[in-house]
Amino acid sequence: MDIGYYPGCSLTGTAKEYDQSIRRVFSELGINLVELDDWSCCGATSAHATNHLLSVALPARNLSLAKKQGLKEIFIPCAACYNRFVVAKYEMEKNPGLKKRVEEMIEEKADTDIGIVNMVEMFQRIDKELILAKRQKELKGFKVAAYYGCLLVRPNSITQFDDAEMPTSMEEIIKLTGAEPVDWNFKVECCGASHSITNMNVVLTLSKRIIDDAAENGAEAIIVACPMCHSNLDMRQRNISKQDSQHKNMPILYLSELIGLSLGLDKESLGLGLHFTDTEPVLSRFSTAIVAKE
Amino acid sequence: MMRIGVFVCHCGENIGKTVDCPTVAKEAIKLPNVVYSIDYKYMCSDPGQNMIKQAIAEHKLNAVVVASCSPHMHEKTFRKACAQAGLNPYMCEIANVREHCSWVHDNVEEATKKAVDLIRMTVERIKFNFPLSEIKVPITKKALVIGGGISGIQAALDIAGAGFKVILVEKEPSIGGHMSQLSETFPTLDCSQCILTPRMVEAYQHPNIKLYTYSEVDNVDGFIGNFKVTIRKKARSVKENLCTGCGLCVQKCPIKKAPSEFDEGLANRPAIYVPFPQAVPNIPVIDRTVCTFFKTGKCQMCKKVCGRDAIDFEQKDELITEDVGAIIVATGYKLYKIDKKSKDAAVKGYGEYGYGKYKDVIDGLQFERIASASGPTAGEILRPSDKKQPKKVVFIQCVGSRDPSKGFEYCSKICCMYTAKHAMLYKHKVHDGEAYVFYMDIRAGGKGYDEFVRRAIEEDHVKYIRGRVSRVYEKKGKYIVKGEDTISGVPVEIEADMVVLATAIVAQPEAAKLAQTLGIPYDKYGFYAEVHPKLRPVESSSGGIFLAGACQSPRDIPESVAMASAAASKALVLFGNEMLEREPIVAKVNENTCVGCFYCKKVCAYNAIELKEIKDKKGNLVKVVASVNTGLCQGCGTCNATCPSKSIELIGFNDEQIFYQIKAL
Repeated sequence: MDIGYYPGCSLTGTAKEYDQSIRRVFSELGINLVELDDWSCCGATSAHATNHLLSVALPARNLSLAKKQGLKEIFIPCAACYNRFVVAKYEMEKNPGLKKRVEEMIEEKADTDIGIVNMVEMFQRIDKELILAKRQKELKGFKVAAYYGCLLVRPNSITQFDDAEMPTSMEEIIKLTGAEPVDWNFKVECCGASHSITNMNVVLTLSKRIIDDAAENGAEAIIVACPMCHSNLDMRQRNISKQDSQHKNMPILYLSELIGLSLGLDKESLGLGLHFTDTEPVLSRFSTAIVAKE
Repeated sequence: MMRIGVFVCHCGENIGKTVDCPTVAKEAIKLPNVVYSIDYKYMCSDPGQNMIKQAIAEHKLNAVVVASCSPHMHEKTFRKACAQAGLNPYMCEIANVREHCSWVHDNVEEATKKAVDLIRMTVERIKFNFPLSEIKVPITKKALVIGGGISGIQAALDIAGAGFKVILVEKEPSIGGHMSQLSETFPTLDCSQCILTPRMVEAYQHPNIKLYTYSEVDNVDGFIGNFKVTIRKKARSVKENLCTGCGLCVQKCPIKKAPSEFDEGLANRPAIYVPFPQAVPNIPVIDRTVCTFFKTGKCQMCKKVCGRDAIDFEQKDELITEDVGAIIVATGYKLYKIDKKSKDAAVKGYGEYGYGKYKDVIDGLQFERIASASGPTAGEILRPSDKKQPKKVVFIQCVGSRDPSKGFEYCSKICCMYTAKHAMLYKHKVHDGEAYVFYMDIRAGGKGYDEFVRRAIEEDHVKYIRGRVSRVYEKKGKYIVKGEDTISGVPVEIEADMVVLATAIVAQPEAAKLAQTLGIPYDKYGFYAEVHPKLRPVESSSGGIFLAGACQSPRDIPESVAMASAAASKALVLFGNEMLEREPIVAKVNENTCVGCFYCKKVCAYNAIELKEIKDKKGNLVKVVASVNTGLCQGCGTCNATCPSKSIELIGFNDEQIFYQIKAL
């Protein structure tokens, strides 16, 4: 199966391991990711915070490219990019006047009939049996917290996520690895996002609360599907430890890394060496014994 | 020969400003068969009507076209004027030159031309009109009231008090409805049961009221003045005529742990039970889903202890038919239960508030039971999980209301008031406790209502926080309520011992089904629709079916009672007549050409198409054709448009009339 692939800027820099693990995992699962040729930035927080037209036009340009390159759907693993794309598509569908102005700006016909697929939906599409059949290792009894953050699920009227405040779709995918998702309270709370650069203390407070609640509810690792959440929860634990000597490190894994590990892929090719917080506690919990399927 | 008069109304400036009325009148007289035309400032006024009457007499008019406002507005007025002048009222037609012309145009010349066109069309049409007379229908002077809450009780008592018979049907084992569950009522804080139970007893004992509890309306046939209703009396498993209500069976029943509906699941009841001590009638019912005998065939404890041999395990549902002339629907509401499994796509849940997950996160009705002297804690404020007195309680308003993204767009109206009442009752009982209310706006319109809320804030020191709550979660034995104070612009977190959610008021789950049985419209939420929200607020669009209480929209007690009395008075207006007169604009079947395909029956929204057997002289069946029940037919014309063999015509809107009207354009 072919699907368009829009990595976005994060996946070429701070979230390289997310990109690596996605490419490895989906090739293993028989999905051909066709990277959008000549893709450009989605505008992220900057465009969205400064110029509404620009914030719609930037994703619109990429949607037009997808159309021209014959792609019906694009898979966007970064939750921030995904959010910008679905919002831009929604706004252009609702507002023909805006669509027209966008077309003038990008000097192209804006296409809104391109499907946009996020990380969780991507795994939902794959036959569960296929993942189970390809599974080489399992994480029996390992407790993890599925963390959605804010951009993947909201606004609910646009993203149509299973439940913006109490989603459970990522948990269903995690269960395929044998891990046990815990019931916790902060799965859609904000991590502080790009405040990491301008006001780090806000991020430390918010991220610490997320990690603490996951730990209090028994989680041994947090599973994410957003490069921004990952960098805040993973990278900022060092700063959290400086402020709180009691802090215990919590491995933060991308959903694709977790699935990749259970498919038996080696940690280097999944990019697990690129994390700030040690992922060894997760790796050591994978058992190799999986009974061969009939 | 048709002699037509055309009367052009200026409607002050409404028409006159855009349509040159004197020119229109001059043009109208040129039309064939028009023998008289005139324009006047206010044709609906007395002098205007007199002009029509005089013209009919002087010019021997046998048809009248009035160019004026919508027929909805003044068709009746002008037809009445014609009738007074001796003309058949159905020989008067309206050409709508206001809504269809002057109000929607601004070019005087073009609008004037259009007005002439509209008149010409009506003139061509009226040439095919013929005199019609009103249809007379007899009336059964007995009412059916569906729902035995405060609205139904009030309506039943009013009609019974006027001397007419009433059938009161309630689906629960007792009448009383939600009001019987409430502790105290706003804004006077008088005890709900104390004011309600005398009404319940009065309804039970009234010689004109026949009460069917634990019963539902299965089917409704007929039409205004002549309904035939089938009531399903569900098997109570107790013979009502023998039971004395001694309560021995209830005491001895070994099943003790069925959740009590009356106590909203906060207490348990036996398998054979009376919902609450003041229930009317005071006759128990066996819940067959939990009764040991019905599950295993053993026990029969209740039967053994009953001194009157009133227990009847064999009892079956009984179908009763009643003839009534009017129906009042007062089926009330339900509280929106936060349930993630709900199939209703409109409801996205509020799982983040932890209802159903945490025992001490409860809804408004559950708080009523906790605060009520007849409740599981005898009125002491104790939280459900550990029966301890909560020292900090957070009340969250608008859970599901005014929330298009996750709940319903509408305001549930009563929550601002009952939340203020809850917080107040809590503070009156727990003096050292703290009460917080999260709100969007305080909507306290009503007599003494805003004063009541101010009292909660100023005298009882309830802390009101304007903002929404994003999440409720448990941490170290406390419920952390995370929200926003939008006035200070800061996030707030309150460590509460108990959380009360003012969940939205929703329609009864079976509301749509009953509406379909009755043939009355309902909105997308399942609330029943009135004909006109301002001028006909208690009438459904089906003649003879009236609405009262919260089945129409969220309502408090005073409003429900007022509307119940209004609905009762509408039924009484009907009963004040011997015969019912109705417009003769109904469908008529040509039995010679009807082939009995019954497409008309499928499309009729009023169930007005019936089957009629055509027999020859020897009594052999020749064919089955459609027949119109003129009592039910509302003259919408859908059957007329649908009929493939053109065998149905709508009297007053027949094919020739419409055809020549269009042809004149």
